[in-house]
Amino acid sequence: METSAAIELRGVHLSRGAAGSVLRGVNLSICSGETVALVGRSGAGKSTILKLINGLLTADAGHVIVDGRDTREWNAYELRRRIGYVLQDVGLFPHMTVATNVGVVPRLLGWDPARIDARVDEVLALVGLPAGVFATRWPHELSGGQRQRVGVARALAADPPVLLMDEPFGALDPVTRAELHREFRRIQAEVRKTVVIVTHDMGEAFALGSRVGVLADGAIAEIASPARLARSMDPRVRPLLEPLFEAGALVGREA
Amino acid sequence: MTLVQFLAGHRAEFFGLLMQHIVLVGASTAVAVLIGVPTGILAARRPRVGAPIVWLANVVQTIPSLAMFGFLLPLPLVGGLGARVAILVLILYALLPIVRTTAAGLRGLDPALIEAGTALGLTPRQLLWQVELPLALPAIVAGIRVAAVIGVGTATIAAAVGAGGLGEYIFRGLSMVDPTVILAGAVPAAVLALTADGLLLWIERAFGRRGNRRVPRAVPAAVAITSILLIVVAATTASRRTGPVIRIGSKNFTEQIVLGEIIAQAIERNAHVTVERRLNLGGTFICDKAIRAGDIDVYVEYTGTADTAIFKEQVDTDPARVFARVREHYADAGLTLLAPLGFENTFAILVRGDDARRLGLKTIDDARSAARSWQAGFGYEFLQRADGYPGLANRYGLRFGSPPRAMDLSLIYRALARRQVDLIAGDATSGLISAYDLVMLEDNRRYFPPYDAAAVARSATLLRYPEVRLALEGLSGRISMGDMRQMNRAVDAGHDDPAAVARAFLARLERGRQSKG
Ligand SMILES: Nc1ncnc2c1ncn2[C@@H]1O[C@H](COP(=O)(O)OP(=O)(O)OP(=O)(O)O)[C@@H](O)[C@H]1O
Ligand SMILES: [Mg+2]
Repeated sequence: METSAAIELRGVHLSRGAAGSVLRGVNLSICSGETVALVGRSGAGKSTILKLINGLLTADAGHVIVDGRDTREWNAYELRRRIGYVLQDVGLFPHMTVATNVGVVPRLLGWDPARIDARVDEVLALVGLPAGVFATRWPHELSGGQRQRVGVARALAADPPVLLMDEPFGALDPVTRAELHREFRRIQAEVRKTVVIVTHDMGEAFALGSRVGVLADGAIAEIASPARLARSMDPRVRPLLEPLFEAGALVGREA
Repeated sequence: MTLVQFLAGHRAEFFGLLMQHIVLVGASTAVAVLIGVPTGILAARRPRVGAPIVWLANVVQTIPSLAMFGFLLPLPLVGGLGARVAILVLILYALLPIVRTTAAGLRGLDPALIEAGTALGLTPRQLLWQVELPLALPAIVAGIRVAAVIGVGTATIAAAVGAGGLGEYIFRGLSMVDPTVILAGAVPAAVLALTADGLLLWIERAFGRRGNRRVPRAVPAAVAITSILLIVVAATTASRRTGPVIRIGSKNFTEQIVLGEIIAQAIERNAHVTVERRLNLGGTFICDKAIRAGDIDVYVEYTGTADTAIFKEQVDTDPARVFARVREHYADAGLTLLAPLGFENTFAILVRGDDARRLGLKTIDDARSAARSWQAGFGYEFLQRADGYPGLANRYGLRFGSPPRAMDLSLIYRALARRQVDLIAGDATSGLISAYDLVMLEDNRRYFPPYDAAAVARSATLLRYPEVRLALEGLSGRISMGDMRQMNRAVDAGHDDPAAVARAFLARLERGRQSKG
């Protein structure tokens, strides 16, 4: 198990400025091709974990290992270009069109322009934004949900083996969200990327994650398959599950 | 004369000055951008290095521009005459707004965008060129706009160091007390400032629209266009230099401009050379430096001024001795002092005509008793210098009722005419003397040194172009005190064009020769 882990956090501690100690001994092992959904209360440190994996932050103590190498040893730029990252606040560049935004990483990797154009059209279609309509738009000409999907397209553009997604579908209506979930599962079935997805929506976590991790008190309280997690008795996990039982969403899966 | 008439009559000169102005501001702003933007980036990145730089640029900004020109003019490498000093000064002034807005623009960027860029794997350099600079561009362009507008204004002062530009009209207008000429410089300068501002704003908008343009492509293009423009301008100015060109200089007051025109036109009439006018250069030292450096070939100097101010001799009141000595000094420097033009521009002790007639005043001695109840008015310099008022009072035993009043030279004649003062030290050739009906008292004790006007020329130029020498010698002894006063008056009080006044004078001279011959 340990050797095949694509991403591994071992005893990670991290303090962040005024927030003080945010992570206090996080252990997390994510296999290659696996989708892990991270849930937890606001401020629990979910985004922080993604930033550690991406090398935007480095651990005060412990190790963050990607593809068998500590992020401290990686060339940060190489590491990041292998990782697709959907940021929580999207972060589209306002001075670039949708197509240019999406093409950022392929350009960094030196793809030839024709290949970039084709790929941009492809990933835009994937997130439900036809290139013919959206490619030349500016970010301020998009709705919040469209902006979010451009962010997802940008993360997918260079076809990275690792994908970090920080609340990627938060601003979408239920119909579009369900469509994108289907799309996501279809891609995962085909290409099997290593994915860490942060979400506040338990339904989304259960629908997309092969395992769901619950972050609480600076550590992973529990991480398990959706079916096992649903039966957890941990007082830090139960409250998160409540909305699911109320909506009856787990009925089908438990059966 | 209206502004439109003036500009129409000076079309060629106007466009020349306008072009000089644009080159001064364009070149200095371009260099300031090349220095200021990187400095601003540094200031944003490393506040500890940046703060002192911004502070320094701030201090520079507080130095009045005229003082700055004064500081830099005597420096060996950057100093000297003309465009070099002007561009340097303009660069220094343009730096602050550019450095400041670049730094502020970069510091003010949304940190989330910087984080996004970093997260995608951009290196700090790529982040700078692809994200930070394009986003800070509006702020940077705003700084450049401020710099360009300040530059257009400051460049008018560049005329004081002979760099040309629209300021020449302003200075000429001030010395001629002619609002039209001042406006001929000031109005186009204001229009130029607004145009530059609007143009840069338009560029900024254009960039904003096509925001996907990455800076790396735009910057080399801008630099290339600027360089090409500069090269074209340099080439055209250089090509104008080919073929025999005689450059005529002058100091920065009416009489000198008229004399410069007379010499220029006399050469144009009689010699097959191109004449370039570099009139209104500045004071004695600027003209002297210019002719020694070969920037000009001819200008008119006054023997007494050359003797004391340039060659630092003791004051001597013997005209022949002064002329001989000055001619020898000039010869040592490769310059030739031609025979005097015929009039003297000495200090003139002036009183109102009615006073002179009523009291029968002819000489300074005659005024001694009346002076006890008089108020005198003198220029600051005359009042201070040992060879000015103190020496004069000593030589003549002059005593005034109250201490002389210090006044600006441009106001002194009017103050006398309006009875605010009763005796002044003015200029013997001033056109205002007859305009205000003033009388010059004779310096019967020969206190003032001789100030015979005479052309100084580069000896090499005279050797190469004998026709030029003939043209200059043809003017010797031909311009009387009366002629000069009348011409000064035509320009100062009648607001005539110096070139037209010079033309009329030469025509009169020509007729006189023909009727004699
Ligand atoms: N740049 C920062 N500097 C200092 N503290 C920070 C910074 N960013 C986040 N924090 C703190 O770190 C803690 C964890 O933040 P993090 O963004 O990882 O939370 P999260 O689990 O993603 O929350 P949410 O669900 O609201 O996005 C919070 O207490 C937050 O205040
Ligand atoms: Mg978060």
